[in-house]
Amino acid sequence: MGKTLAEKILGYKSPDAHTGDIIVGDLDLVFVQDTTGPLVVRQFKESGFHTIAKPQKAIIFLDHAAPSPNRELSNDHMLLRRFAKENGSSIFRIGDGICHQLVAEGFAAPGDVIIGSDSHTVTAGALGAFATGMGSSDTAVALALGKTWLRVPESFLINLVGTFPKGVTGKDLILYLIGQLGADGATYKALEFSGEALAHITMSQRLTIANMAVEAGAKVGLFPSDEVTKDFLAAQRREESYKPIYPDADADYERVISLNLNQLEPMVSLPHTVDNVLPVGKVKGVKIQQAFIGTCTNGRLEDLAMAASILRGKKVHSDVRLLVAPASRQVLMQAIELGYIQSLIEAGAAILPPGCAACLGLHQGILGDGEVCLSTANRNFKGRMGNPEAMIYLASPATAAASAIKGEITDPREVM
Amino acid sequence: MPYSVLKGKAIKLGDGVSTDDIISGRFAHLRSNLPELARHTLEDAMPSFVSRVKPGDFLVAGKNFGLGSSREHAPVVVKMSGISAILAKSVARIFFRNAINQGMPVLVCDTDKISDNDDLEIDLTNGVVANLTSGVKIDCGKMSPLAISILKEGGLIPYIKKHKDFVITHSSEPYTY
Repeated sequence: MGKTLAEKILGYKSPDAHTGDIIVGDLDLVFVQDTTGPLVVRQFKESGFHTIAKPQKAIIFLDHAAPSPNRELSNDHMLLRRFAKENGSSIFRIGDGICHQLVAEGFAAPGDVIIGSDSHTVTAGALGAFATGMGSSDTAVALALGKTWLRVPESFLINLVGTFPKGVTGKDLILYLIGQLGADGATYKALEFSGEALAHITMSQRLTIANMAVEAGAKVGLFPSDEVTKDFLAAQRREESYKPIYPDADADYERVISLNLNQLEPMVSLPHTVDNVLPVGKVKGVKIQQAFIGTCTNGRLEDLAMAASILRGKKVHSDVRLLVAPASRQVLMQAIELGYIQSLIEAGAAILPPGCAACLGLHQGILGDGEVCLSTANRNFKGRMGNPEAMIYLASPATAAASAIKGEITDPREVM
Repeated sequence: MPYSVLKGKAIKLGDGVSTDDIISGRFAHLRSNLPELARHTLEDAMPSFVSRVKPGDFLVAGKNFGLGSSREHAPVVVKMSGISAILAKSVARIFFRNAINQGMPVLVCDTDKISDNDDLEIDLTNGVVANLTSGVKIDCGKMSPLAISILKEGGLIPYIKKHKDFVITHSSEPYTY
């Protein structure tokens, strides 16, 4: 029997890794972010270990509260900076961007096994890395030992054919899939994306899709490492990190799901669960007070390009505030160079520094009582954006830009 | 915590209780002050929880308990509140691992057979829940030997302090978690 992508990648660390096995594998990267990092540091100190096993493979990111909105989180940042100095790990600065975007741009390589103290660590699966989120104890021990234990998951094959119609993106694909699977439909499983459509699915879209695998409960969302991966790594001046990785043709999958991209429509996830998904036509007309374009899901250059193309020469509705947070410093600089930021600002957008921004309710766009936000993020749980009395809808940057113009949830195809 | 038989009352929650429901992200500034953070446990999902919970009680939930964030603060505050075990129809992957790492037993079973306030007796070794109120016995899914040994040590940090590494033993019995 051939190997799935999950078995292949974990097989690099533990030969004969088969579905269901528990393996202990060396880690290529361990990272923490600023809201879960302080507990990682405390657990690390409690574990009796005094040094990080592989400081060159450990990174601290300050992105969730960036810049910090209060003294408590500022003190947490101080704790993390001190820990980085003491242990020789890298630390990124406020404004450098979101951990998952920075990992994709500069670190994750095909075949890597990566853990991060953030559930959206799965994002790097787009590059053919087995990347998964863990809590503070696991991350602390991973820093100390340079390895972790993993159960080799069963895989679902998601076979993709066709091409995206106008106004339809990777975000719509993954929202549709989560709607079909349910929020627990892939719990403990690997989602493995495959099929002839992959040649047309850019790395930006792949990162969006892999990012949300966890919203169906999955442990990882994996793409094969192919020509798209190779081109992305070359553009990031990391050609040497490339190696092709494909599943075997006779691999065993627990479930096979086929999707034709030509049949997809723009999708919207309704409050308060990510799997509460409908085509935009069934939700249009819902008034919004805030539109938010950004996050590890949709804050990349391609996302800002799409938003800018829709907003260029138009104005954000007078009842709406449009917040835009590029996912990284690189994205922001390229978006400035290409004129996207100018178009967005002229249309009435407020540009936030690269980071998680309004996504998780700490700062930069907390909603008021009864307010509605259309967000390009990955979660719409009650209270997620800082107020349990608010409503969060999730959609693509195209849908968010179109809705910001109209002041209500709008099918982006109407304004493109 | 003794790895044997636990007795307590059920506090019943529904399906899809997220880590934001358990401890909202808006309290992230309290994460370095755990006693203060714990005062907000389940604040949005069950506002009466903190005043109602008694040491030894069980949190009994429906499907996909603990979905969402990797914040280990979620099982940390549940444990601090006095809850001695979590029972659910299914549990999100990261939460399950975090709870075990905090030494908090998590049992996957048919929680439709448990009502709010029922008296329960949990046999952790054999994975059986006895509902003393209704007289029904409920079988639970099996945990991997590694998860069991981490739990027996009281969590991952005590486990690593003792063993200095992961000790993997293979089981001939199938397990689901």
